[in-house]
Amino acid sequence: MELLGHYNYWITIVLAMVGFYIVISSHNLVKKIIGLNIFQASVFLLYISMGKIIGGSAPIISEGTQVYSNPLPHVLILTAIVVGVSTTAFGLALILKIRNVYGTIEEDELQELDR
Amino acid sequence: MIVPHLPIIQVVIPLLAAPICIVMHRPLAAWITALIASWLTFAVAVWLLINVLNADAPILYSLGGWAAPWGIEYRVDTINALILLIVSGVSATVLPYSLASVRHEIPLRQHHLFYAALMLCLCGLLGIAITGDIFNAFVFLEISSLSSYALISMGASRRALTSAFRYLILGTIGATFILLGIGLLYMVTGTLNMEDLANRLPEAVPSRTVFVAIAFLTVGISLKLALFPFHVWLANAYAYAPSVVSAFLSGTATKVAAYLFLRFTFGLFGQVFSLSELPLESILTPLALIAMLLGAIAAILQTNIKRMLAYSSISQIGYIVLGFGMASQTGITASMLHLFNHALMKSALFLAAGNIIFKTGTANLDALSGIGKRMPITMSAFLLSGLSLVGIPGTVGFISKWYFLLAAIEQARWLMVSVIIFSSLLGAIYIWRVAEIAFLRPAIEPYSMKEPTSSMLIPTCVLAGSCVYFGLETSLTVSLARLAATNVISVEP
Repeated sequence: MELLGHYNYWITIVLAMVGFYIVISSHNLVKKIIGLNIFQASVFLLYISMGKIIGGSAPIISEGTQVYSNPLPHVLILTAIVVGVSTTAFGLALILKIRNVYGTIEEDELQELDR
Repeated sequence: MIVPHLPIIQVVIPLLAAPICIVMHRPLAAWITALIASWLTFAVAVWLLINVLNADAPILYSLGGWAAPWGIEYRVDTINALILLIVSGVSATVLPYSLASVRHEIPLRQHHLFYAALMLCLCGLLGIAITGDIFNAFVFLEISSLSSYALISMGASRRALTSAFRYLILGTIGATFILLGIGLLYMVTGTLNMEDLANRLPEAVPSRTVFVAIAFLTVGISLKLALFPFHVWLANAYAYAPSVVSAFLSGTATKVAAYLFLRFTFGLFGQVFSLSELPLESILTPLALIAMLLGAIAAILQTNIKRMLAYSSISQIGYIVLGFGMASQTGITASMLHLFNHALMKSALFLAAGNIIFKTGTANLDALSGIGKRMPITMSAFLLSGLSLVGIPGTVGFISKWYFLLAAIEQARWLMVSVIIFSSLLGAIYIWRVAEIAFLRPAIEPYSMKEPTSSMLIPTCVLAGSCVYFGLETSLTVSLARLAATNVISVEP
């Protein structure tokens, strides 16, 4: 059952591809941002599952525990989540401005308007 | 007392200047804050460079006193010191220019926010260059990227918004790829420190995880670098950004990305590994050659002066990557030289273009007929840095192209030699086209105005003048670039 043993990586790959596909294929700018979010979430999952150690407990020193999970990837991904949130916020603000100026947020219509 | 803390001060000054700009709120006060901050960072960068050269060893700084593999380490060697100098130098010359230019292009109530974003971008770019920790580099990359999306979106034309959005999507994909690569490297080695990674990676080499990590990192950084197939965001982003931002980003952002590329491919994975076990060379060289030709051809076809310069940037990035691909000491020396030289030339060109747009209100080439008679100083600066871009002897462009040719001849790659020369000739075409319109055609419109204010003219002339100065006085730049190259390729195969 080697294939199922690494199910966390499979989820990462599937999520990454789904997100990436949405970014590339959709014309709606909001949908692009959503796709970007799913893509980023897949990387978060990769990092979080990386910190898991089989049989390890939470990384707080206590008696009788020998094995701890690795807290570092979790801390790293907290930073990356913050980055992701700010990117999303900025992207949405930009979409709002584009909507006000152009009156549409469909990419093909935007290109038509700028021709 | 303050000297041992210089590496962190380099990054902290612009980081602190950003909130101060916002608190100041008044446009002039924000500008003065940003100006002082960027001149201070420039002074610190010069100081760091002198110290590194004197000490003959990298300057190390552990953040918070945590020792290297666990804590974040800042590491300044000759390569970073040169990059720090480029970034802070460009920002120090561009800021005096920005007072008049930004007042013209951006509504007054947004000025404090503009300068805050500019300072954050500077902080991020300096941070990428100075840090010795790959995750820290990612965080700084995102700081600089997010602020540059904001800076580009402030352009006067509405197309600035859509170009900023496109850059946001592609930039975030690139950054996420880099994050994936860093994660995979951490998985294999358990460390994020660059030095430590370089030591541990050879043990983990024949592993598919490392190969995948390299693939993600290479694609991610190439997106940020705007290497040929990933260049689509650059042209519009630079063309529709405010003039100051185009000049600042063209001189710094792609240079820092190129540095990061060099750090990862040569510093981390080691030259032997990247270029002998992986076909990186056979991927980089064709891409670089295509970028050099297509960028120059696209530049010839443009009618907007800023878009023309942006496409020319894509072509010049091709040169830089070509040097990396050659992986010889001369090749890397040429690339480092071109990093420095291209920052000077392209910032000067974008500043001169900014002067033109400031006065005429249009970036359209045909509207510039006879402008050389109205704005002789600006157009001479443009022509001077343009000739440097072509590679006329006596300018900086000649020096770096000379080294590229030497490196290519050294390896007896005649196709490369011919493409370098041909692409330079294409460069002569688009620069000549502007010169012909500006100087030889009659002035059709009665422009009542002349040169812009001296606060815009002086930075343009300083940069254009340094193109000539460093073209004649080459000992400093060449010796620095050579030192940096020997640092990178210390392990000869």
